[in-house]
Amino acid sequence: MSQIDIQSDIQQTILKQQKIDSRRKWILNGVLLVLLLLAPFVMYPVFLMKILCFALFAVAFNLLFGFTGLLSFGHAAFLATGGYTTGYLLSNFSGLTTEMGVIAGTLMATVLGLGFALLSIRRQGIYFAMVTLALAQLVFFFFVQASFTGGEDGMHGVPRGELFGLINLEDNLNLYYVVLTVFLGCYLLVQRIVSSPYGHVLKAIKQNEPRAISLGYKVDRYKILAFVMSAALAGLAGSMKSVVFELASLNDAHWHMSGEVILMTLIGGMGTLLGPVLGATLVVNIEYQLGQGPLRDWVDPILGGIFVITVLAFRSGIVGEVQKFVRKNMG
Amino acid sequence: MSDQYVLETQNLVKEFKGFVAVDDVNLKIQKGHIHALIGPNGAGKTTVFNLLTKFLIPTRGQILLKGEDITPLKSAAIARKGMVRSFQISAVFPHMTALENIRVALQSFEGNSFSFWKSGASLNRLNARSMELLESVGLTEFANTTTVELAYGRKRALELATTLAMEPEILLLDEPTQGMGTEDVDRVVELVRKAAQGRTVLMVEHNLGVVSKLCDRITVLAQGAVLTEGDYETVSADPRVREVYMGAGSSGERGTDAEVEAAQ
Ligand SMILES: Nc1ncnc2c1ncn2[C@@H]1O[C@H](COP(=O)(O)OP(=O)(O)OP(=O)(O)O)[C@@H](O)[C@H]1O
Ligand SMILES: [Mg+2]
Repeated sequence: MSQIDIQSDIQQTILKQQKIDSRRKWILNGVLLVLLLLAPFVMYPVFLMKILCFALFAVAFNLLFGFTGLLSFGHAAFLATGGYTTGYLLSNFSGLTTEMGVIAGTLMATVLGLGFALLSIRRQGIYFAMVTLALAQLVFFFFVQASFTGGEDGMHGVPRGELFGLINLEDNLNLYYVVLTVFLGCYLLVQRIVSSPYGHVLKAIKQNEPRAISLGYKVDRYKILAFVMSAALAGLAGSMKSVVFELASLNDAHWHMSGEVILMTLIGGMGTLLGPVLGATLVVNIEYQLGQGPLRDWVDPILGGIFVITVLAFRSGIVGEVQKFVRKNMG
Repeated sequence: MSDQYVLETQNLVKEFKGFVAVDDVNLKIQKGHIHALIGPNGAGKTTVFNLLTKFLIPTRGQILLKGEDITPLKSAAIARKGMVRSFQISAVFPHMTALENIRVALQSFEGNSFSFWKSGASLNRLNARSMELLESVGLTEFANTTTVELAYGRKRALELATTLAMEPEILLLDEPTQGMGTEDVDRVVELVRKAAQGRTVLMVEHNLGVVSKLCDRITVLAQGAVLTEGDYETVSADPRVREVYMGAGSSGERGTDAEVEAAQ
């Protein structure tokens, strides 16, 4: 065979491989969709919506952490900003339909995300985490002091209202399918982002930043965009959460929450698509189950223990380990 | 004058907290040359590369690229102007395939690198060109191999191919043969020779055998300052050069010293 033939042969193989991978991805997407469509018939919709909101939060966080390599310790700020903004608007302006409140909350988090990004993006590693944490603490104290948040008591009685002024969201099942649609839309968006030309650049930056710079990439701009998109999706998660629970509270702004989303992402598998979804599902369930029983005071130590085990023993998280196993045993 | 030299530095200085790592260096790199930058460990060679590509900010002095003062530019902009570097420690994207490594470089000229909404399949049109580049460094059969799994010599070959994908006018190579066995060294020498056609190359190289085979001109750096400059015969005959090399007494240089003898 001539050199050219070999080359085109290999190219064919690569394209075939891409097709197989993409088919596998869509099968998995289909399974996920069917499960989520049927879930409210076997489980309480509000609980499911809680999972979906946290899953979206973790997916958003993972876009920055898992796919760009930036560990933010301040993502609670975006969750809370989305929640408080939406809660405040829907509570005080009865003319607003629900989606307007949610969009406004998302936009507010996006703008805040840009601010965070501009102030932190030059820092590397642990310094980046520290700057994001410090900024998020500022936001937390602002929410503690501001009167509209209700301080320690939280912001209660956020009206769910009506989608487009048409669909009654007081109905849990209606709201569930709205939340599900938003979640799936965002999930597919992130799936698209990480496999796009832009996603390839993020991968390069994550794997070897100096090399990416030396190939002519202005890496700060790529990182800022990733940060802003991540903040926007985290804000959206917070906005929906405030609609679902008719409540926005300081819990969402607390640094605990920034830690929890790291935990979810690591348990499920950072840098995988399904990992954060699975991680969020597990953490929310563990918290709920333990919170009911005699171990309720042990929730944090137990989650901490799981965190340590994950970091020490299976660093790629559940989905990451499964992927490794599949790759090893099935070619 | 200035079209003869594609790259010049004028009184380039880099201080680290009072320690002068690069001391008043004036380089003139002639167009089309393979120019070597040699010197004992810690002489400041890598630091000069870092200054030229703005991975470090010069304390004083100017850098001229084709007569234009590029001192204020940032790293990415310099790469886009056609001066692309490699790294002393092999720089690849470890969890991408060899083909994907090359595509990252080609993509940087595509203008789609912020298109987060586009399908990744839109990058497939870079595959053919990537395969050509892989072929040029003998890596065709590894196109679909994840880079971490490649042997060291192949990683360096991939790095070179990735750098060449940028179609640089000026190639900065920081010890391309470091840590290689003789067979790999010979291959790299051939690769650099091929890559240098129609280009200017500035390379840091400890292996004087390689320098004597490849380079048109040599600048010797010692303790941050230029000790001497000239062609291989002139430089290798200079007693001061032999002195700094022997005085350094590190493992890399012992071999080198023998090679100086052999070459003479
Ligand atoms: N970022 C830095 N901060 C402080 N000192 C530095 C820094 N980078 C380099 N140096 C110092 O500057 C001097 C020159 O280092 P450089 O890496 O340029 O040497 P080199 O000629 O490339 O050596 P080698 O042959 O070992 O690669 C060394 O003494 C080094 O310790
Ligand atoms: Mg060096």
